[in-house]
Amino acid sequence: MQSRTFYNEILTEHNIHPIHKTKMIEPQKSLRGVNPSCGDDITLQLNVSEDGTITDGAFFGDGCAISQASADMMLDLVIGRSVEEAMSLKDTFLKMIKDKITEEELEMLEEAGALKDISHMPSRVKCAVLGWHTLEEMLKGGDSESVSTEDQ
Amino acid sequence: MSFDIEKVRKDFPFFAAEEKKIAEGGTPLAYLDNSATSQRPRQVVEAVADYEYYHNSNPFRGLYDLSIDATERYEAARTKVAKFINARADKEIIFTRNASESLNLVAYSLGEMCLKEGDEIITTVVEHHSNMLPWRLAAKRYGATVKYLECEKDGSFSLDSFKSLLTNKTKIVAMTAMSNIFGRIIDVKSFAAAAHEVGAYFVADGAQSVPHSKTDVQDLDIDFLSFSGHKMLAPMGIGVLYGKQELLEKMPPFLSGGEMIEYVTFDDITYAELPHKFEAGTVNACGAVGLAAAIDYLESIGLDAIEERELELTRMALDGIKAIPHITVLGSDDAEEHHGILTFKIDGVHPHDIAAIIADANVAVRAGHHCAEPLHHFIGIPSTTRASLMFYNTEEEVQRLLDVMKQIRPMMGYPD
Repeated sequence: MQSRTFYNEILTEHNIHPIHKTKMIEPQKSLRGVNPSCGDDITLQLNVSEDGTITDGAFFGDGCAISQASADMMLDLVIGRSVEEAMSLKDTFLKMIKDKITEEELEMLEEAGALKDISHMPSRVKCAVLGWHTLEEMLKGGDSESVSTEDQ
Repeated sequence: MSFDIEKVRKDFPFFAAEEKKIAEGGTPLAYLDNSATSQRPRQVVEAVADYEYYHNSNPFRGLYDLSIDATERYEAARTKVAKFINARADKEIIFTRNASESLNLVAYSLGEMCLKEGDEIITTVVEHHSNMLPWRLAAKRYGATVKYLECEKDGSFSLDSFKSLLTNKTKIVAMTAMSNIFGRIIDVKSFAAAAHEVGAYFVADGAQSVPHSKTDVQDLDIDFLSFSGHKMLAPMGIGVLYGKQELLEKMPPFLSGGEMIEYVTFDDITYAELPHKFEAGTVNACGAVGLAAAIDYLESIGLDAIEERELELTRMALDGIKAIPHITVLGSDDAEEHHGILTFKIDGVHPHDIAAIIADANVAVRAGHHCAEPLHHFIGIPSTTRASLMFYNTEEEVQRLLDVMKQIRPMMGYPD
């Protein structure tokens, strides 16, 4: 039987000791993302400078280890990058989740690559992509107040 | 009566099929999600098959022998259910799809009969959504209000607190006889008596209690009782509403259509006698036959022996869980107040992760809010994990649950 659990050290560390799980005081952007079926619920916050660089970010909320660690690893990766780079990393992450990623692309995801095996666990995919999906909606600059992975 | 687990396990083809996996190097599923639905013994499935193969026709409709035979089997099932819960008459038993439909029926019809603006309905914070939402909707229709009785930490209710909520405006009290989270059996007899003192009707939700403990509606003096067949070995799609005859007779119908009428003209309708007034359309005859077979099965073991067996398993599980650090079981510390239901939280681990790890060990439990979301808001826990045991479970299955529960925090990166 295919294992449905893979709580490796990178993932549990980001879940128990997240670096970016906090509330920013006056974030420029804030967007809530939810997985209605399993209850994962995060709010992502970002500051983006005039030249399009993500200068700061945080998230808070409640959810399973995969949703929380994934959001934390995502922020690790995108803070300090341009919006375009962040969107490109989002595409790379989604490719990984669909199990169609090259070794080179996997390296670009740094620790977020620890979620690679999620591609074999359909029931946990929504947990892993929640942060990225919320980031995408936020950077696209829509005016929605929250996003759900079940709208896709 | 002594309990023979070997014999019981053989009655359930599911377990034999799972145990075959051992020879192939696999692990059988330890099915510990019985409060969601039970497994089915051969005797039930064979009774359903026998009806479907040899006795099927539309009950009440035909004048030929086969239809009369189907009618008799369906009505014999009703008699069986009536005796099982000690109803005064067969016509006090209404077959429905499930407990939810039973509660919707009584909320709709009793609501129409007795609710008006300013009236009050009392329910509790522990209710399954099926015994809360129909009452909220009924209250909204008539401008009534819903008041909630709070529970204690051990899952019990204070009769004094309940009495302080009762007023002369209280028309209906709807309360579970056993919470699907705490597993505690509630002394509905005292609560019903207090409700009756102010002239309110008392509706008990027996979906969890009826399969696990002897129920006597006359002794309890409750006005209505709902339960589902599928939680007590019968197929899905058959449920029961018990109601006192004098109330059911006064209540307007719920669903309308075939077989629930006496005369229909373009201007007028005369409704059928009980219980048919509440059973519109073609009935679930094979489901009713399956439920009767399930009752026969439960009674062949004996409800007392079932309760005793489930207490043994519950005690083993509860003692085992108490020995694991960082796990809290909701409700009483006493195994006798759990009836197989152990709902728990593990510090620092989300229930979705708990359920995934337990599922990976091929143990079936449930994670989430178990259709009792308001209770989770009340106790301030977003969601929980629930193991629910039934008499046919084994000590080995309980041990497998305990073994995997011990591993969860270490797997999630905690030192203990």
